[in-house]
Amino acid sequence: MKNIIFAGVGGQGVILASKILMEVAMNAGYDVKESEVHGMAQRGGSVDCHVRYGEKVYSPLIEKGTADYVIAFELLEAMRKLEYLNGSSMLIVNNEKIDPAPVQTGLEKYPDDIESWMKASIGRHLFVDTEAALKEAGTRRALNIVMLGVLSNYLEFTVDQWTAAIRSMVKEKFIDMNLLAFKLGRELAAAH
Amino acid sequence: MQKKVLLGNEAVARGAYEAGCTVAAAYPGTPSTEIIESIARDYPEIKAQWSPNEKVALEVVAGASVAGARSMAAMKHVGLNVAADPLFTFSYTGVNGGMVIINADDPGAWSSQNEQDNRHYARAAKVPMIEPTSPAEAREFTKRAFALSEQFDRPVIVRITTRISHSQGVVELGERENVPLKDFERNPQKYVMIPAHARPRHKFIEEQMLRLKEYSENSDFNTIEWKSRKRGIITNGVAYQYVKEVCPDDSVLKIGFAWPLPDRIIREFAEGVEELYVVEELDPFIEDYVRAMGYAPKGKELIPMLGELTPEIVDMALNKKKPLSAIPTYTSKIPARPPALCKGCPHGFVFGVLKKLNLVVNGDIGCYTLAVLPPYSAMHSQGCMGASIGMHLGFEKARGDEMARNSVAVIGDSTFIHSGITPLIDLVYNKGTGTVIILDNRVTAMTGHQDNPGTGKTLTGEDTHELDLELLCRAVGVKRVRKVDPKNVEEFESVVREETAAPEPSVIISTRKCILRK
Repeated sequence: MKNIIFAGVGGQGVILASKILMEVAMNAGYDVKESEVHGMAQRGGSVDCHVRYGEKVYSPLIEKGTADYVIAFELLEAMRKLEYLNGSSMLIVNNEKIDPAPVQTGLEKYPDDIESWMKASIGRHLFVDTEAALKEAGTRRALNIVMLGVLSNYLEFTVDQWTAAIRSMVKEKFIDMNLLAFKLGRELAAAH
Repeated sequence: MQKKVLLGNEAVARGAYEAGCTVAAAYPGTPSTEIIESIARDYPEIKAQWSPNEKVALEVVAGASVAGARSMAAMKHVGLNVAADPLFTFSYTGVNGGMVIINADDPGAWSSQNEQDNRHYARAAKVPMIEPTSPAEAREFTKRAFALSEQFDRPVIVRITTRISHSQGVVELGERENVPLKDFERNPQKYVMIPAHARPRHKFIEEQMLRLKEYSENSDFNTIEWKSRKRGIITNGVAYQYVKEVCPDDSVLKIGFAWPLPDRIIREFAEGVEELYVVEELDPFIEDYVRAMGYAPKGKELIPMLGELTPEIVDMALNKKKPLSAIPTYTSKIPARPPALCKGCPHGFVFGVLKKLNLVVNGDIGCYTLAVLPPYSAMHSQGCMGASIGMHLGFEKARGDEMARNSVAVIGDSTFIHSGITPLIDLVYNKGTGTVIILDNRVTAMTGHQDNPGTGKTLTGEDTHELDLELLCRAVGVKRVRKVDPKNVEEFESVVREETAAPEPSVIISTRKCILRK
């Protein structure tokens, strides 16, 4: 059984990332379940998806302390998911800050020490800078696929399996861009 | 058999398609919205529509059923409050073609104004209710609901929750049944509920509910999974999955037939285990029933009645297991990321003005309810769809003219069409003098940009008559109707000042397209 959490901000493509992972896992013969929260996501709120795959999956939600991977598309969103980690979990974070509304309006401050705190407190972690990859892919909207590329280094699926899932899940005219984004993400992790 | 990963709501749509459903209607509402959207996108065999509200949707579906078609309405939990009137009497008339109501509860109130448990409706309206535990069962149960409806002449409610609607899972797809339209026979004794017809129908439905209990006892909707007899857990819905996850060695009675509940199976299970538990979200619906049968299960003393359940809540309650916390605690504050009005949102201009003028704002349901939060903090009452206008009149009745001069009602275009027209008639009829602002952003925005009668497009994108809000307001007797673009902030402010000052009813139609809309 693998437990994977994607966390980000509305509009970052968290749900599509989880859908592609589910497709890969199902086509590899696993049972798979996922849970997501809709509704307010479009208004810039926090968004997360829990994905679980294995021989037989019951709960669509991951129990706290049992995530194998948390993939955060934003630094603050990583902080919100720490209770799902245990000593052997891995935290993967896109090194980006997006100010939430209370920070934009000056009511609160974006904590400036969370990256160093996470690095010091979490055993297995990978902080990636996706700027160059997004520039090369040509759009910031490719962030979700870049992050999947990063994650793919740690999961059991082949590049061919990922490629097939991406091809089947994104619009035809965006396939090449997304395959490039995936490759760039995959190389990004290997570079660390 | 073909397998596909589907969202719970898509699985419901698939079930309706496979059952040969031909008419479906809904009003958007999280977490139910994607059901009818999936039907419109994936299954053109079904005539699908947005109705102005859930009551109308259910009536359209009831009409289709009486006319002989398999038909389905979908709504969120509070939508069934709006549709409760037709529900309780279409329970009496029964059906012709199978009639199914998909009801999506929202434990946790992720995007709702309350956490009501709609299992109570099945009992109160005397209709059967079935409850899937996964997207795969959502497809299967929805499909079976249509035949069940026809077999017992009852509307059938399929109750799902946010964690079924918005979770994805592997679903095995079946073929569409070809179900011919049934004959429509003129049968006023069944379909016209004057008292003389209603009384014998009441007797009939009580008898049918007894037959349904017998059916429930013998059906595979309810299943016992015997493991250790030391502990047995009765559970339902998504809670079943959490129980299976964290208590793999316990015996489980899965209740898929939420109403009527199966006495014989419950008795067999309760007497077959040493310790009996009930794990259910929200109210102690099953637990109270089991208690009335004479058993003493552990339930709400351990399992919270508030919010949605999670695997760790069930794990802690039943296994006394604390979550693993390998990570030290970060002690400074992590700012929340609440949803906010988008940059450039037309509502933002409106609430900027209302805040500046320090008006009392009777609000309503939509994106604009976010104006209750900083930076606007400009909403002072809100309850249900359409409540803003009636409450606005109530404020004036209670506190007089000065209140009417210093307050407004604020309601979105879709919410106004849903439930705002009758209270506007009331405001005029009962000589209110208040100001109503219709936030006309030309779309049902919060639920993900659905069309409505004001947009001139149907669910499937066809052109249709575009409701003229200004003409409608004038027709109910509002003489002062102003249309203003709120982005012209100074003009908007002076219009609000003039209209609130005027001692007669007025409507300001704040017209500007949602910023996310092309």
